[in-house]
Amino acid sequence: MADEDDEIILSELSDEDLVAQMFDDLYDGLKEEIEEGVNILLERGWPPYKILTEALVGGMKIVGDDFRDGILFVPEVLLAAGAMKGGMGILKPLLAETGAPRMGKMVIGTVKGDIHDIGKNLVSMMMEGAGFEVVDLGINNPVEKYLEALAAEEADILGMSALLTTTMPYMKVVIDAMKEQGIRDDYIVLVGGAPLNEEFGRAIGADAYCRDAAVAVETAKQFVARKHNQMAGSA
Amino acid sequence: METPSDRDLTRTGLAPAGGGRVLVLACGALAREILALIRLNGWTHVDLQCLPAILHNHPERIAPAAERALDAAAGYERVFLAYADCGTGGALAELCRRRGIEMIAGPHCYAFFDGLAAFEAAGEVTAFYLTDFLARQFDTFVWRPLGLDRHPELRELYFGNYEKVVYLAQTDDAALTEQARASAARLGLAFERRFTGYGDLAAALERAAA
Repeated sequence: MADEDDEIILSELSDEDLVAQMFDDLYDGLKEEIEEGVNILLERGWPPYKILTEALVGGMKIVGDDFRDGILFVPEVLLAAGAMKGGMGILKPLLAETGAPRMGKMVIGTVKGDIHDIGKNLVSMMMEGAGFEVVDLGINNPVEKYLEALAAEEADILGMSALLTTTMPYMKVVIDAMKEQGIRDDYIVLVGGAPLNEEFGRAIGADAYCRDAAVAVETAKQFVARKHNQMAGSA
Repeated sequence: METPSDRDLTRTGLAPAGGGRVLVLACGALAREILALIRLNGWTHVDLQCLPAILHNHPERIAPAAERALDAAAGYERVFLAYADCGTGGALAELCRRRGIEMIAGPHCYAFFDGLAAFEAAGEVTAFYLTDFLARQFDTFVWRPLGLDRHPELRELYFGNYEKVVYLAQTDDAALTEQARASAARLGLAFERRFTGYGDLAAALERAAA
């Protein structure tokens, strides 16, 4: 660990060392350092998408893995996410200008009766980091709000989140309404939240239960690729 | 039976004592109230065993812990599980079904203290609930596990969508009310106190003890 006399000057580091240091800074939730690192890489001519994927998403993957393995806990993940958000804030306006790949569009929200949004916000951020466009409906969403947003946004994916065992059954209400309207198969439906599991996801008719934000991103990528393959196959 | 300390009830629970024929297997957070009801009603045939209350913060561990305790409970004519669903997603209900035992109806202790019907009717989705036990143990169950002692700046992330702390009081205790009020202030939330007494817990235990 560096002491005060041995302070690291980010701008003096090589690209490789700077990215490695940004991984450490993300892990430690150091928002200002992450913002500084992003700005340095931009000044060095790194494309915004490269910074996002290699420095930020790469660092958050380590955070996510250590959370999954019980090495990091929620407070540390939130601090890391806050730091990443700082970096994303700089990159986001630049990503659109620089032709970053578009993976698909997700409408996401916490279900009716539930006001918990920490997990949902992490998923939103990581999905954006992976190149998805995210429309975040916030908390306490009734079925109508999901359905309106899916149609209005021409989304590919619906993400639903719940923290409470009392509210998670509402996900089925939404999926059943989609079935009634004949639109269920038009969307990839991903669900998540602490009390859920794979069995629940299957039982309510979701496409997948996602244990954490990283799994949500990987699952979304797989389903989007599969959907594109199906469309190509039927063209 | 002497009332055990909150620290013991939080971390280790309470071993059954006495020669009763009915065992109440409960969350440690309910020990004081259940022991009071046992004393009040003279239920000498009822023994109390508690699982560590801190399982409240890890609901996925409650049903396995309850199952181990049920396996170890010997010599009782009947066992009653003094838990509501408590975030187990039906796992406790499933356990009770398999073992042929009864439990408390409702989603969690807030609901049965408040009275299930009233609780559901109120629909306070933006309320953060405290009971007597949780008001006493706020730091252990809320403040420290969420890292707010180390990172108070996370408060808004955790509680920004909440509007108020509702303290469901089992007893009239002015000092505890002030403690609960102070906890609400630390969370940056409004404060409301509702006296519930034992709520539906009393009726549930009456059925268990009958």
